Amino acid sequence: MSELKKVLERYRDPRLARRIAEKIRELASKIGEKILIMHVCGTHEWTITHYGIRHVLPENVEVRAGPGCPVCVLPAADIDSMIRLGLEERISILTFGDVSRARGGRGLSLEDARGLGLDLRIVYSFQDAVEIASREPERRFVFFGVGFDTTCPSVAHAVLRGLPSNMVVLSSHRYVPPAVGWVMCREDLEVDGFIAPGHSGTVTGMRPYREYFERNPRPIVFSGFEPLDVLVSIYMVLRQLSTARYSIENEYTRSVTWEGNARAMATALEVFELKEGLWRGIGLIEGSAFDFREKYSRVDARAVYGIEQPRSDPGMPGGCRCAEVIIGKATPTECPLYMRVCTPRTPVGPCMVSVEGTCKIWADHRILRREVERA
Amino acid sequence: MSSRVIRMEHGAGGAAMHELIREVVVKRLGGSGADIPLEELDDAGAYNGVVISTDSYTVKPIIFPGGDIGRLAVAGTVNDVLMVGGEPKALALAMVLEEGLPLEVLERILESASSTAREAGVWVITGDTKVVERGALDGVVLTTTGIGFRHRLLDHNFEVLARVGREMRSRWLLDRNIRPGDKLILTGHVGDHAIALLSAREGLKFEAPVKSDVAPLTRLVEKAFEAGGVVAMQDPTRGGLASLLNEWSEKTGLGIIIEEEEIPIRDEVRSACEYLGLDPLELGNEGKAVLAVAPQLAEAVLQAVRETPEGRHAEIIGEVTDRYEAVVMRTAIGGLRVVPPPIGDPVPRIC
Amino acid sequence: MCLGYPGKIVEIRGEFAKVDFGGGVVKDNVLISLVDAKVGDYVIVHAGYAIQVLDEEEAERTLELWRELFELEGLRYERAQEGAREV
Repeated sequence: MSELKKVLERYRDPRLARRIAEKIRELASKIGEKILIMHVCGTHEWTITHYGIRHVLPENVEVRAGPGCPVCVLPAADIDSMIRLGLEERISILTFGDVSRARGGRGLSLEDARGLGLDLRIVYSFQDAVEIASREPERRFVFFGVGFDTTCPSVAHAVLRGLPSNMVVLSSHRYVPPAVGWVMCREDLEVDGFIAPGHSGTVTGMRPYREYFERNPRPIVFSGFEPLDVLVSIYMVLRQLSTARYSIENEYTRSVTWEGNARAMATALEVFELKEGLWRGIGLIEGSAFDFREKYSRVDARAVYGIEQPRSDPGMPGGCRCAEVIIGKATPTECPLYMRVCTPRTPVGPCMVSVEGTCKIWADHRILRREVERA
Repeated sequence: MSSRVIRMEHGAGGAAMHELIREVVVKRLGGSGADIPLEELDDAGAYNGVVISTDSYTVKPIIFPGGDIGRLAVAGTVNDVLMVGGEPKALALAMVLEEGLPLEVLERILESASSTAREAGVWVITGDTKVVERGALDGVVLTTTGIGFRHRLLDHNFEVLARVGREMRSRWLLDRNIRPGDKLILTGHVGDHAIALLSAREGLKFEAPVKSDVAPLTRLVEKAFEAGGVVAMQDPTRGGLASLLNEWSEKTGLGIIIEEEEIPIRDEVRSACEYLGLDPLELGNEGKAVLAVAPQLAEAVLQAVRETPEGRHAEIIGEVTDRYEAVVMRTAIGGLRVVPPPIGDPVPRIC
Repeated sequence: MCLGYPGKIVEIRGEFAKVDFGGGVVKDNVLISLVDAKVGDYVIVHAGYAIQVLDEEEAERTLELWRELFELEGLRYERAQEGAREV
């Protein structure tokens, strides 16, 4: 095995994990009060869930998923537009695997629409999509561009190199810092500290967060994605809380810098400009949508097919308090639907539908707690 | 919710498929009163001591690293007959072929079906051939039906269980036999088959390519029965370990706890999973089984299984428990997590 | 949000690199135009693109720091616990 990979193996060391958990418990009991930490990244949630990190945290520390998964915040209207193009205009849709299961406003996903005749092609990279479109010049293709700062530069780069003439892109890409800023700057914010997204931050750098931090200082720690990265980041947030000295810290020093990957951001901003964008379950956030510059309207599916940037969401199901749960304003148990009509097997709101939704995570936690409660 | 049409997830071995089978199929076709009736939703049925199982096989590509659809169709059905305690004897093979399929490909598939049948000790004794227009399907669809009798060592297996005071709910190896304390033996590495297929599709290259594990488990099951102590058995095909264990948990209302560290997985499979964002527990296997074994007999069965080539890397990965009401995994860093049933076929993710 | 996996560049042809992700998993069409990378570097690959060159020294330094912060402290803690039990 290669050198660095061996080093990274140690970022999963169970013994060291126990030690860090021990220190987290020590700090948390010193702080005493209930602590809510928010992360804003689907892959952080994956690490936390996959390694069962919540289970090793003390009772008074909760880690909750904020608006950090590009698929979860994808406007329903864009999914519906893709389904309409695919079914009515017979245009082939190219997109990433996780996008294919996200449901639109009428409850249909692209995968469901495939059953109704939509030609859906799952790709791993934008490059694969370009290759497919080049191979089949007789078909028309739309690439459904979903992702954050991390993904958008690669699309921009390929646009600059030139797309095949039978291919356009619907950009639903979102810029993360304003969304985190939106959460951070809410007056009624109940979140004590943030674990900032390591791969988005790798591209944007930490600098864009300073503005939000200065408006409403809270601990922010940029974190990597190995289990120990996340544990240490939690520890770092707690340490800031315990000393009441807040700052923007970096745990993921092997990848995140203050300036980020300037070349990647410049590439993205050459092709796209930042406009107001809709985040599902949250609303409109200024400067958060990567929208094609006019110069590139030939490859912009919004221009070519007249698809507006969505302005509003179909509302949440009746009684559902997901919108408040997402920002830490309400706990799942405060929702009248939670575990009564809304359960993991019969999900109602998006927080129970998504595997990284807070309600689904609380429901799982109930199962794990049973043992403790019985003892 | 979504419209009433068949979707890909209905065939993916996950929750959607189980719901379809319960609500659409069993509701109309159940109620036979056979030894193992349809409503057991087990790998095979049994009537008057004769075990029968049937399965259709589509796979992309039809020839993949480590096997092809011919080997898959024989091994898959043989394994399903074995999993309930049957001893497979003969197969029927129905072929639906796409116009334009090179004869050479068909020959290769049938050669491989034949050698796999010999390996498993069965014969193909009847069949059917249909040809459909180009484009109606992807090359070949094979359907195999296997019949067998009650395994000659099954009663011995049960006697060994009786000796340690274990009573069985069924005289077959049904899922509902499992009880708290039963140990779970996984007979080898997870995910080889799924990654072998995916790497052929995703343009991933492997220096030592991952080969599918597709194989009949005849010898392995024989060895396990000789040792004695098996109470239930299933092969983690589509939907993988996650689907199988959730099925056991749902059918019995019991929980299952597994240890991540004990689950055998090849480095290249782990690496491919991390790169593509897939969970190895949800990946399909075609030459593996999970055996639920009475705790006192688990070590003996494990040793017996390890004597076979297919079971060399077998491990005890966990046990049945009444502490939880779901499938729970103790993770590599000592945390706990609930393992949910997979929703559909695993897809590579970017977020 | 964004799945990224580290691999080592073993070959570069123009904008593309061959990247070894360990365990024999190699991808030969990773785009490296968004980073300054050379053969032997580790890059984080997201959706087919390298988005950053990993700082190897930092990776080791971080671990060293953790050992200092958690392990040595932890050992002292363990000994103290044992001491307490003996009493």
